[in-house]
Amino acid sequence: MKEILADIDGWRQAGKRVALATVVQVYGSAPRPLGAKLAVSEDGAMVGSVSGGCVESATVQEALEVLSTGAPRLVSYGIADETAWEVGLACGGTIEVFVEPLDW
Amino acid sequence: MAELFDQVAQAIREDELCAVVTALSGERVGGKLLARRAAPREGGSPVEIAGSLGNGALDQAAVERARDAMEAGRTTRVTIAAEGREWDLLIDVHVPQEKLVIVGAVHIAIPLVTFAKALGLYTVVIDARQIFATQDRFDHADELVRSWPEDALPEMTLSESTYFVTLTHDEKLDTPALIHSLDHPVGYVGALGSKRTHAKRVVVLREAGVSDEKIARIHAPIGLDLGGRSPEEIALAIMAEIVQVRNRRTDRNTDRSKEGRK
Repeated sequence: MKEILADIDGWRQAGKRVALATVVQVYGSAPRPLGAKLAVSEDGAMVGSVSGGCVESATVQEALEVLSTGAPRLVSYGIADETAWEVGLACGGTIEVFVEPLDW
Repeated sequence: MAELFDQVAQAIREDELCAVVTALSGERVGGKLLARRAAPREGGSPVEIAGSLGNGALDQAAVERARDAMEAGRTTRVTIAAEGREWDLLIDVHVPQEKLVIVGAVHIAIPLVTFAKALGLYTVVIDARQIFATQDRFDHADELVRSWPEDALPEMTLSESTYFVTLTHDEKLDTPALIHSLDHPVGYVGALGSKRTHAKRVVVLREAGVSDEKIARIHAPIGLDLGGRSPEEIALAIMAEIVQVRNRRTDRNTDRSKEGRK
């Protein structure tokens, strides 16, 4: 969390809305632990991570949708798929990510 | 908007032990509660609460679980019963960065910084003596503070996640630093020096009004007895003792939180 605060502050000071994605469940081995975070600005910039890189772009899409609807959502990703192998994650894990607008 | 987030950000910037509870589903999805505690764990110190999950009984149950999670120092997902139903919550715990404060930029401090960093501690070395506190010797330390301990220490946060050692070989420097550290809930206090040196130090500390209970917190002679003599061996002995203290504390907390789940 600490490492993403500066970017979040910058976005908010620039008047941009921000969404926060947090790893809330880890099944099997996964590259990032419970509580790992990715913040996304309304213009699609991101900071932090929820995986080793394989589900970040999908999470950014979810975050942008959450910002437009205003409703938080729980998203599940299996990262034992081909994409995961391509980025070198031989992990076979599944993660669940909670995506919410940072409006609290 | 974002008032609670500002409080969360502040707690994390100040490196406090805190927990953010989020409702992950149901009608209160996205509900937030912040539980923070800057004070020591001993004595059941109060938890400060901000925000709400939207129901008093749910908040109360969530705070209990947040307290356990903070004790264990671990982020956890829980299901709790309140209002006659079950709630799916994430308890996101921020654990302060563990820190080793070394008073005395002596030879032993050089390998000690290396070992401490390898074990994940943030390292701070304090010494006003220019001949010891050189950037060359301590380029690997996170912070090298070139001041006297009495000036440097009041500026620092000394919490239970801080491990504190005095190594100057000069009681005029070590003793005031020890007295300062014992007024804080630091996780470990160790003082270099033989049994004889420590016996003399105890007399001085008592004369300065330090209680026997506080004096008993000092690990002296410092370090596990590995039988070594070289600065590297002594540094290893010190680090080994810190690891032992750290693991015993974690075990105790983990056991307690397990009991809480039964």
